[in-house]
Amino acid sequence: MIPAQFSYRRVSTVDEALTVLGEHGDEAKVLAGGHSLLPLMKLRFATPEIVVDVAPLEELRYVRVEDGTVAIGALSRYHDLHHDEVLREHAPLLAHVAGAIGDQQVRHRGTIGGSLAHADAAADLPAALLASEGTLVVRGPGGQREIPAAEFFLGPFTTPLEPDELITEVRVPARAGVGWGFEKFTRRSIDWAIVGVAVVGQAVGLVNMAGTPIRATATEQALASGASVADAAALAAQDASPVTEPHASAEYRSHLARVLTKRALESAAA
Amino acid sequence: MKVSIEVNGKAVTEEVEDRTLLVHYLRENAGLTGTNIGCDTTSCGACTVLLDGESVKSCTVLAAQADGHRVMTVEGLAGEDGELHPVQRAFREQHGLQCGFCTPGMMMASVSLLAHNPKPTREEVREGLEGNLCRCTGYHNIVSAVIDASGQEVDR
Ligand SMILES: Cc1cc2nc3c(=O)[nH]c(=O)nc-3n(C[C@H](O)[C@H](O)[C@H](O)COP(=O)(O)OP(=O)(O)OC[C@H]3O[C@@H](n4cnc5c(N)ncnc54)[C@H](O)[C@@H]3O)c2cc1C
Ligand code: FES
Ligand code: FES
Repeated sequence: MIPAQFSYRRVSTVDEALTVLGEHGDEAKVLAGGHSLLPLMKLRFATPEIVVDVAPLEELRYVRVEDGTVAIGALSRYHDLHHDEVLREHAPLLAHVAGAIGDQQVRHRGTIGGSLAHADAAADLPAALLASEGTLVVRGPGGQREIPAAEFFLGPFTTPLEPDELITEVRVPARAGVGWGFEKFTRRSIDWAIVGVAVVGQAVGLVNMAGTPIRATATEQALASGASVADAAALAAQDASPVTEPHASAEYRSHLARVLTKRALESAAA
Repeated sequence: MKVSIEVNGKAVTEEVEDRTLLVHYLRENAGLTGTNIGCDTTSCGACTVLLDGESVKSCTVLAAQADGHRVMTVEGLAGEDGELHPVQRAFREQHGLQCGFCTPGMMMASVSLLAHNPKPTREEVREGLEGNLCRCTGYHNIVSAVIDASGQEVDR
């Protein structure tokens, strides 16, 4: 499988990326790790005319803690995030989740910005960012704006990002010492989750339980009003709308969400 | 576009279409057919090579993305004098290959795995090679080969 013809353009600064994206609008696609975009292009589900390779933007690869906030450069790769000591201390859920994605080869290429921009409900980092109450920093022709994760996942593969905008940074509150948990049920080890659950404190994010990543609101409310972990976890699927597909029925998914939420909350409490 | 990649220590410069995948560049332009295409969908790992020292599936990287970078393929593992790399020697001694189709990718993934974790447990080897599929060996001997290559006693 070979992608349709396109022209490749490598950029060396964020400003240059924004200029090229601005000139080409809908016809251009940002290329980060390429591990969602290139498979789609090989299948010809995506046929951009111009591919803008942002990989040389080393300035977007970092993890820093400033004033109680962890700032992660959008081009940071999963492998680096998984091994980053600062991230492990201040946002351990994200460091752990980055290590649970795909296989070693995928983790050497995939980036946090790419995963969020792709907005697959079956992806792990989007739900983890929801549970972390994170924010995306986006740059476009009009300057910079911040979008809370809670307002970013609009529908399957749909976000408020404009074609001429670039995610530059991801921010989460630093939560060193706060309990967290992550559970992922897959068919084969390198697969996307049939269901996943990400917990930070009492915030619960669900992978693949709706067309977008969602919070398990009923579970969170029950916990806030003092319910036991078991009782709260039993409500995990209440606000979800899982689909039935060949690997798992909606009922099975709801069952998994309850079981995995209980486990993730238990690890968060341990 | 013109793509220049340092492949196994030698500069290769070729004029290719922008959409050329790294695996095709290696097989067709650099003439190195050790890197195999199994699934073409990023699942099987047969096309694994090292890009700047890290394992990647070369069917999901553009040759253009490797422009100006270093690639190592299975052909680059043995020494100049033909002496086998410890991973190659261990795959042979531990019977880690049958048809050999997955072997180049397995070896490159193993080299990358050992670079990060020089003394892995069998469990860690299985996890590290989860992106590589083998149709023949049942994985057991491949795991033993990686343990052997790491200089640890192979405990079956
Ligand atoms: C074999 C395999 C297994 C996988 N398993 C998992 C898994 O278990 N869990 C999981 O969550 N994911 C999984 N993935 C997906 C993987 O995480 C992708 O790498 C990721 O979703 C996309 O990140 P990327 O950096 O590769 O982005 P790309 O593929 O380069 O881009 C994806 C999309 O985001 C856009 N984009 C990228 N970066 C930016 C940016 N900074 N600003 C604006 N737009 C941007 C691109 O234009 C494109 O539309 C798997 C992929 C493969 C191939
Ligand atoms: S051919 Fe590249 S992963 Fe299978
Ligand atoms: S040895 Fe035949 S596919 Fe692995």
